Amino acid sequence: MSVDFVDLSIRELSRNFGRRRALSRVTLDCHAGEILGLLGPNGAGKSTLLAIVSTLAMASSGEVRYGGRTAREAGAVLRSKIGVLSHDLHLYPELTALENLEFFGRLYGLAGPGNVAAEALERARLGDRGADLVSDFSRGMRQRLALERALLHNPRLLLLDEPFTGLDDASTYALIARLRELRSSGCITLLATHDLDVAEAVLDRAVILQDGRISGSEPEVHGLRKRYQERLQAGAAS
Amino acid sequence: MFWRIVWIVARKDLAIEARSRELINTTIFFALSCVVVFSVSFVGEGGDGRAIGDAAAGILWVAIAFSGTLALGRTFERERYGDTLRALLMAPGSRAAIYVGKLVGIVALLIATEIIVVPLIALLFQAKLFEHMLLTSALLVFGTVGFATVGTLFAAMLARARSRDVLLPILLYPVTIPVMIAGVRGTSALLAVEPQLDMARLWVMLLLAFDVVFVTLALWTFESLMTE
Repeated sequence: MSVDFVDLSIRELSRNFGRRRALSRVTLDCHAGEILGLLGPNGAGKSTLLAIVSTLAMASSGEVRYGGRTAREAGAVLRSKIGVLSHDLHLYPELTALENLEFFGRLYGLAGPGNVAAEALERARLGDRGADLVSDFSRGMRQRLALERALLHNPRLLLLDEPFTGLDDASTYALIARLRELRSSGCITLLATHDLDVAEAVLDRAVILQDGRISGSEPEVHGLRKRYQERLQAGAAS
Repeated sequence: MFWRIVWIVARKDLAIEARSRELINTTIFFALSCVVVFSVSFVGEGGDGRAIGDAAAGILWVAIAFSGTLALGRTFERERYGDTLRALLMAPGSRAAIYVGKLVGIVALLIATEIIVVPLIALLFQAKLFEHMLLTSALLVFGTVGFATVGTLFAAMLARARSRDVLLPILLYPVTIPVMIAGVRGTSALLAVEPQLDMARLWVMLLLAFDVVFVTLALWTFESLMTE
């Protein structure tokens, strides 16, 4: 059964933690070859939304459809089409860069995990550091490696939670270039970030989350910073 | 597919441990300390130098339980560091296989500890642990699997909890009391002056029954417990 999809549809999604409502009736769509930004202050519900879309968390109500099917309908194999990268890098510091990639390659059942891992290392510009322990890497090197780990299985949907945290300019530009490549290849990308300069450089459009609700939708990212700040101020005033 | 993932996860854990030797050293040192301290208290200096009553059996299982708790906590601390547990759960295929892979790694670690601790107890307590090797091994393996089955489930659940170090023993020990009792009584039956082999076999069967129940429950509940 093919689990590939070309659009992601989120409908009336809510999530409660006890009496606290982390997400409230969030509805949005995203299509292949699009990078959608999730903007908002801390605690706005961005990470919760990404956790539900990644299948790691359950919604209290509402649904997420991956090309018309829910995660339950598509089954566990759906996860072979989803890549996740957060500020926690999902890497084992005790293993080398190559061992990390080979491990996840095997876990995803990829054919020839050694070759796939070697190619991913080259893309991360770490081809000559494959035998080094991840614990010896700088933050930028780990981040590049973590991104390639998330992309190892060629996912259709990429979920990024603050992927630019702690990166220097060179690593930030490299990550932006990689995201543009993924857009060209038809990947659906949901990117949660606070960094509005980066957001303007890479996003196609954005939604603003506040207190678990979508408080605004930005079909155009030019001048996003000013409009974003106005919305937050309006939200705080109300 | 299921067993392939089990093997991949267990092999990764064992590879990390072989490189760092952090868990095996800590666990063995802790278990040995337990045994030595108890031996000072329970082995009489005069007379025949034998231990009081069923002390050897009790101390063996206390050492397994305490060092096992330590190993469980540290194993999942590793997965917490880079939030790699989430990355494991994002892999396609059965999430229960991830659980079994972690379980196999922990059981292997505890059995390695027991290989060191059992001869030491036999020596310090003059306990005839090697006289009925098959039954002793069966008690240790089934008891370890039962303890680790519950422990792995709870440690995975608590991996992201703030008070995980406090909560793990609070949850784990009450649930594994049947395993501990069966382990202690089975070992005592073997160490008696007149070994009660039938009684030891009964406790082995009881441990096997606990294992079947615990493993079934853990496999059944793991995915839903790990989905936030």
